[in-house]
Amino acid sequence: MSLVELADIRKRFGAVEVLKGISLTLEKGEIVAVIGRSGSGKSTMLRCINGLEKVQAGRIVVDGIDVTAPKADLNLLRQRAGMVFQSYNLFPHLNVERNVMLALKLVRKLDTSAAREVARAVVTKVGLADKLHAYPDELSGGQQQRVAIARSLAMQPTLMLFDEITSALDPELVGEVLRVLEGVASEGMTMMLVTHEMNFAKNVADRVIFMHEGRIHEDGPARETLLEPRTAELRSFLNAVLH
Amino acid sequence: MSYNFKFDVLLRYVPEILQGVFLTLQFSVITMLCGLAIGLIVAMASISPLMPLRACARIYVEALRNTPLLVQLFIVFFGLPSIGIRLGANTAALIALSINMGAYGAEILRAGFESVRQSQIEAGRSLGLTAGQTFRHVVLFQAVKTIYPALASQFVLIMLTTSVVSSIGATELFHQAAFIDSRTYRSFETYTLITISYLVLTLAFRAFFAGVYWVVFVRRPRR
Amino acid sequence: MIREFADADIVYLIEAARWTLLLALTATVGGGLLGIVVAVLRVIPFRPLNWLAIAWINLIQGTPLLGQLFVFFFGLPLVGLSVDAWTAAALSLSIYASAFFGEIWRGSLQSVSQRQWEAGAALGLTYAQRLGHVVLPQAIRISIAPTVGFLVQLVKNTSLTALIGFVELTRASQIISGATFAPLPVYLTAAVIYFIICFSLSQLAHMLERRLHVAR
Repeated sequence: MSLVELADIRKRFGAVEVLKGISLTLEKGEIVAVIGRSGSGKSTMLRCINGLEKVQAGRIVVDGIDVTAPKADLNLLRQRAGMVFQSYNLFPHLNVERNVMLALKLVRKLDTSAAREVARAVVTKVGLADKLHAYPDELSGGQQQRVAIARSLAMQPTLMLFDEITSALDPELVGEVLRVLEGVASEGMTMMLVTHEMNFAKNVADRVIFMHEGRIHEDGPARETLLEPRTAELRSFLNAVLH
Repeated sequence: MSYNFKFDVLLRYVPEILQGVFLTLQFSVITMLCGLAIGLIVAMASISPLMPLRACARIYVEALRNTPLLVQLFIVFFGLPSIGIRLGANTAALIALSINMGAYGAEILRAGFESVRQSQIEAGRSLGLTAGQTFRHVVLFQAVKTIYPALASQFVLIMLTTSVVSSIGATELFHQAAFIDSRTYRSFETYTLITISYLVLTLAFRAFFAGVYWVVFVRRPRR
Repeated sequence: MIREFADADIVYLIEAARWTLLLALTATVGGGLLGIVVAVLRVIPFRPLNWLAIAWINLIQGTPLLGQLFVFFFGLPLVGLSVDAWTAAALSLSIYASAFFGEIWRGSLQSVSQRQWEAGAALGLTYAQRLGHVVLPQAIRISIAPTVGFLVQLVKNTSLTALIGFVELTRASQIISGATFAPLPVYLTAAVIYFIICFSLSQLAHMLERRLHVAR
């Protein structure tokens, strides 16, 4: 069975239908980049997979958990599917170490010393061992985003969702975050990224999904899809972002 | 015309003044706690998805914030007995003060909860924290930090406002002024001294609250 | 002696409410003028005067209005001024209002960003021109809603003058309550009158706030 299965999901905000029947499957270990204009529904789709948004129709199954079931165990789902946001969303009142430790203690029920050990390991992995006791507002945007990735990784998810995580960053800080992502990718993590970084999508992703007006417009191997777009819509989108 | 100011005759009433300070603080703390409890209920009603609950909360807040405490106090103390509810002066004072504070507390609390961004709640939930855990570990601290200054100044305001309840004979600091006045016939000196006592209390509490803020919210434990 | 609470009493209460309004209006004008002085002393670049203004604000905001009323009520005769409750009430409420107006207006002045001063200077405007044409119009707009908001407090606080014997709405209610032995309807009527005045002011403040923010 696939790790993620979306079957004809539909989502509307008021009168606006943002997802008009999305179906896709994601295999374990796959790295998928989701691209498209703003408003095309790509972030909404990601948020539906994590249960942050409720869908009106269709079925979503993640790692055997039916997200769309009325009594879905969303907390279990969210342990399996980590999510990193555009605006980092670190907890401002906790230092780096405690940001990472919070869910380890509350959700995975680790004791303080075990949680601290895991926290130190993941923070070291994203290259911020010297910032363990710094507070979010003392870090650059890139560093905050790396901590947010570490915080998610620490939960040992089977799938990670990244929602435009470099879009809020100054251009010179994007690189350090992408390098951390490449590191995560090289360890075999299943990843789904909504991104505007076409080079990253081309070089790191296995597969690209192009969304257009609430539908999946193209879906194929990353390089091929980006270098030889089949539809005029993707072609014009790529022209717009690359120039 | 020369008036001979005599403050020294008041010195022997220092114990009464200190007792008054103690009673005023007692009134203030109880009012603050009861008012916040009421305020929490009203604040939750005001953000409830149920229209009637929101309407009730709105009416409560508007009715109490747009009428004077003194009139509310008279309604509770002089008005309620005519429908069979007879209360002692101190009880009536506490009830009126708490109900009044509830309206302000509701607004402060609501502003606090609304100040915590939705994205922080999502971050908590997306890590697998339950709604309760997210509230307790993510929302609460940030909300309290936001509303702390408002709460601190509200406490000082309550302390000053409690003086009003002396008008129905509730026993607190301002009530002691009437007592001392009746013994010394030094009205001006007495009321000046009592008024200055409030100033001392205000400044002391402001310093105390600022200190607490620094220790709890500014100082950053490095571990 | 004892009689029913009648329509005539409601009329009497409404008439007494005029004194409430007159007192609030007097304190607004008196406190407003004094408040301008406080705000100016608070912002001019001369430390001792800043401290004076801060001390004034702390003294007024750090003591109960009821205490201030009694100090004036008993203190004015000692300096040879007339003893009537109106004078004490009007004077102490004006002083009370001055501290709050001063703070509100200082805040409004300072919330106009430094860049606006710089922008004015960059265009070659004099200090007075910058103040009069650039900064003040913005500051006044910002200050209107909180100023009206404070008027609600002021109207409510006029009720305290009942305790030094000034016959406004609350004192009038006490008098009628004593004559009719119907405290509940009397005080509820008073509350309704206060509510009508204060709620109108609150709504006005909200409306101004919305309108002035949209206009930005």
